[in-house]
Amino acid sequence: MARPDDFEERSAHLKNLTDEELDKRFWELVEKVVDPLIDLAKTHTSPSIERSVLLRMGFDSITAKNIVDKIFEQKLLGKGAGNIVYRFAKSKKIDYLMAGEMLVKEDHWDEVREMFGDDKNA
Amino acid sequence: MLNPDKKMDIEEILKDLKSYRPRRHGWTWRKPWNGKMDGYEYMQAGEPLKNSIPLPAAHYFDNIDPQPDLVITSEIASGRFEDDIRRMRMAAWHGADHIMVIRTLGQSHIDGLMEGTPEGIGGIPITRKQLRATRKALDMIEDEVGRPINFHSYVSGVAGPEIAVLFAEEGVNGAHQDPQYNVLYRGINPVRSFVDAAVAKKIMAWADMLQIDGAHNANASARVSWKIMPELLVQHGINCLYSVKAGMKKENISLSTVPPTAAPTPAMRINLPYAVAVRELFKGYKFRAQMNTKYIESDLFDATRMHMIDTFVTRLTGAHLQSTITPDEGRNVPWHINSIRGIETAKHALVALDGLTEYVKIDKKKINENVRELKMRAILMLEEIIEVGGYFEAVEQGFFVDNGYYPERMEDGIKRKKDGEIAAGTVVPRDKDYMAPVCEHFGYNHLPDGIKKPCDLIGGCTLCKPEKIKYIDELDETDNVSLRLKEKAEFDSKGFIKPEVEWSNDGTVQLDMTFATNGDIAEAAAIETAKRLGLTDINIIHKTVLHPSEGTYVEIKGKIPFAIDIKNLKLPEKIGVLPDDEITKFFKENKISVVAGTVGNDEHSVGMREILDIKHGGIEKYGIKYIYLGTSVPVEKLLDAAIETNSVAVLASMIITHNDVHIHNMRKLNDLAIEKGVRDKLILIAGGTQITNDLAKSAGMDAGFGRGTHGADVATFLVKELRKRGYAG
Repeated sequence: MARPDDFEERSAHLKNLTDEELDKRFWELVEKVVDPLIDLAKTHTSPSIERSVLLRMGFDSITAKNIVDKIFEQKLLGKGAGNIVYRFAKSKKIDYLMAGEMLVKEDHWDEVREMFGDDKNA
Repeated sequence: MLNPDKKMDIEEILKDLKSYRPRRHGWTWRKPWNGKMDGYEYMQAGEPLKNSIPLPAAHYFDNIDPQPDLVITSEIASGRFEDDIRRMRMAAWHGADHIMVIRTLGQSHIDGLMEGTPEGIGGIPITRKQLRATRKALDMIEDEVGRPINFHSYVSGVAGPEIAVLFAEEGVNGAHQDPQYNVLYRGINPVRSFVDAAVAKKIMAWADMLQIDGAHNANASARVSWKIMPELLVQHGINCLYSVKAGMKKENISLSTVPPTAAPTPAMRINLPYAVAVRELFKGYKFRAQMNTKYIESDLFDATRMHMIDTFVTRLTGAHLQSTITPDEGRNVPWHINSIRGIETAKHALVALDGLTEYVKIDKKKINENVRELKMRAILMLEEIIEVGGYFEAVEQGFFVDNGYYPERMEDGIKRKKDGEIAAGTVVPRDKDYMAPVCEHFGYNHLPDGIKKPCDLIGGCTLCKPEKIKYIDELDETDNVSLRLKEKAEFDSKGFIKPEVEWSNDGTVQLDMTFATNGDIAEAAAIETAKRLGLTDINIIHKTVLHPSEGTYVEIKGKIPFAIDIKNLKLPEKIGVLPDDEITKFFKENKISVVAGTVGNDEHSVGMREILDIKHGGIEKYGIKYIYLGTSVPVEKLLDAAIETNSVAVLASMIITHNDVHIHNMRKLNDLAIEKGVRDKLILIAGGTQITNDLAKSAGMDAGFGRGTHGADVATFLVKELRKRGYAG
């Protein structure tokens, strides 16, 4: 429902604040809005975030996308795409770029799941 | 090193891109410069350029080109980066050192990176190849002008973190990043937008990029843009603090702030308190002064007027970057000339307002009540956001871009669902054993024991070892720069040229005309005129009513159906200038005088003074004595003075050309000289913006000089002519 401009009544508690207090109040409230958002970001990930990890590992954009699509399908994104590629390469004793290619072309997902103990909270 | 007389070789730029590495990361501000140019002191200037094109009036002031202290932005993105590169060079010469590249339509919804060089729509497909080629070209351009150029694009959409990595790797210096932009204007899931943004921001922080937020979009989206001022403060606040918490330095975070309203509202009284409030609240952050785009119509002049006023606010309240919006933003993809006009508007205004606050100050006492009210309205909005459960809940309830002046609510805000929109359901919690073996990764990262630097696990990430970056050249054989360049090369090889506004030889021209009738008839008549001139693809791009029935001004664009063969063009012969020493020696040996003045009812004197005065490099410096009779001098008086002083030449300036009065005056000067029996003795010279040598000669003069003439040209002519007449030396 539309609301008329009730600034006068609504701002009564702010009227006596000094300029500095107003600025301080503004930033305190911004922080209250932002903190839960930043906490969410710290503890979550997304396909784009995981692709950005693979890019930083030296994968090209197409391979990065293919790997992450598979990992997302397998519901393993919470492990971290880079983590999966890194650990898979280690277990196979191969170069991790090659490991990434293998994960796209071949079905190794049971092995991967086993590697991580198939426990979401492990 | 580029040669100013040669066009950039795009093929050369595209060569060896695979091994190209950017020379630096991070943002560069202008170096402050204090000093005098042509005797004028500058208080808010940056270092001068090595090569540049000064403002139009600079030739009155020894061609100085003072650079303002602020970074000047130019947005360039026509859809073909190879054409944009040429425009970037033009922009740099006019004073832009921040080149912003808008992305092609729809790129923000592509879940991944684009590769290759396909043609874009309303912007450029941002790819590794395009970034490398552009950055490489900008390296050359910055060497040519002598100032670092910041390259900028957008870290938004559903591929933000990857684009941030791409930008960090490829030496992109600045980027827009604001999750709220994704949420409100791109309809991307709010949770995804914020989670992605933190990762992107941390990577941008590593690369020392300047971040610009997206709050200005609310201005452009709202129906009455000043009403969202409280919300703008809230949006800036959220993105600023979120960025700091993601790891960015305050000084690398820039607010994109726009004077919210424009005339015909009493804009300054609304815009100033807002400008003050935002600068008070956001101390320590940077300010990018954006021009108002909301109220740009198709009128180039009104856009320019608005931007002059906006830049006044910049100088009065302070900013770090001055954005420029092309005055044709309101009617099409910006054209070359309008990019340059935008830059000139900013440069002109900033230079003209140099040191403004030495004399003019805002009355803090008077303005403070309005400033406080804005801050309180923003605080009230934050209070309610928290009350309803937080940011996501507020967005679901349409708090943003509501056309009410908060706390007023119109309930017409943009609503986005926390668990809806594009890419909903793609964010997952990081498990306890989540790990990413790369540097600069925001958030929880469970590294194996003993590992300090994450990328030690993989022998280095691309941020530490750029040689690990993978380069993809092209993916589409039917849509890439090589094909476009091949087409251009075929055209060029014939020696042809066409006019262009944005793409190589696009053939587009603009015509303007006025019809003494109403708008409807004028529009139809304009189209018919263009058709009869042979143009194709005709569009009306602007119309100004001069009077409902007396007249309408119309601007149209169209394409020409032919190409010009350059080798068949007849260029006017360029007469070389003699060396200064030779001219000086001649006039030392031949003491002569000339008579000069502006003839007829003509009060223009500036051009003539430039030809005469020593200060402007006029003929006086060679030892030529002149008798200057002033303006509106009758032709008889010029001749009589020449006879009286025994002068060898008459220099007659004619600026007014109404009813061909300049031609009549030249004829009159010649006829009267014959009548008085002095024609053979006197050298008669005419000058003026509309005079050409051919025209003057056909009207009985010995020579004519037009626009861009200097004292040396006239002195050279005098030497040659006097030698013909038997003068030695």
